Amino acid sequence: MNVSIEGARIYTTLPLFGGIPITASMVNAWVVMAIITGLCIWLTRGLKVENIGKRQVVAELLVTTCQKFVIGNMGERYAHFVPFIGALFSISALCSLSSLVGAFPATADLSTVLSWAVLVFGLITYTKIKTNGFVGYLKGFTTPIAVFTPFNIISELATPISMGFRHFGNIVSGSVISTLLYAALALLNQAVFGWLPGVLGEVLGGIPFLQLGIPAILSIYFDVFGSFMQAFIFCMLTTLYIANAAEE
Amino acid sequence: MLDKAIVLAGCAIGAGLALIAGIGPGIGEGYAVGQACAAIGRQPECKGDVTSTMLLGCAIAETTGIYGFVTGLLLIFAAPRMFIGML
Repeated sequence: MNVSIEGARIYTTLPLFGGIPITASMVNAWVVMAIITGLCIWLTRGLKVENIGKRQVVAELLVTTCQKFVIGNMGERYAHFVPFIGALFSISALCSLSSLVGAFPATADLSTVLSWAVLVFGLITYTKIKTNGFVGYLKGFTTPIAVFTPFNIISELATPISMGFRHFGNIVSGSVISTLLYAALALLNQAVFGWLPGVLGEVLGGIPFLQLGIPAILSIYFDVFGSFMQAFIFCMLTTLYIANAAEE
Repeated sequence: MLDKAIVLAGCAIGAGLALIAGIGPGIGEGYAVGQACAAIGRQPECKGDVTSTMLLGCAIAETTGIYGFVTGLLLIFAAPRMFIGML
């Protein structure tokens, strides 16, 4: 039995700045980005005011849902965050969903999600500084009293780490459990059909009957539901943190 | 040989212990979902709000379990090489 749980494979190394490794997750993330760009171009071609086609209905539905989500969570004056949240949601969901076609999901790489989280952290800090001014931002660390400064700094830094780890952990745990289940089903298959006497047992034991249907059910939960769930939660937390930063 | 075995055993036991962290989120999320069900039963008209808030709360409650899981992953895949290299 071979169970292989691996990280992103390194394809090649660019000889820049002491070597930049090109990993499977980077390649897949770029493929997903290209797909999203193509989808956007395809959906928004030939927009009309009257007599709209099916394609435009889908495009309008997506945009309206995103606008409702952002404005419902952050308020009317953050309408300019709609494209950012939409992009974040679509790339997160599609990256996780890419595991359905057998590709290495880019979100199962800590670097990908942690970089998104750092981006969001930068936005939060920018919003805080914009709202309170730089001095006010620094003063915010000493609330309620100056003794709390180290704890405030830790809790500030915990935001991107917990966001990144949450997304990464959920996607990776799904793929690890699926891999283990595959291996376990193969063993069970051998154990069940291997008891049959003679050639029959050897032949039937070698064919993975049990691997046919059961992993699909788990895959619906972990790959489809989990992907959208994590993308939704990541975007939800982003909007809430930014809206919260502006209120302080 | 023996020191490597001890390192590997320690990593494996540690990974198993790290997954005890899964108990907390299980209880917490179960409680949250139960309360959400009660809230929906009381006020079925605010089902959407309750559901999205519950999912968000579950995701946050899950964080500690995920930390445990990531620690377990590190102990299985990253730590043995590092510790054996240090020997």
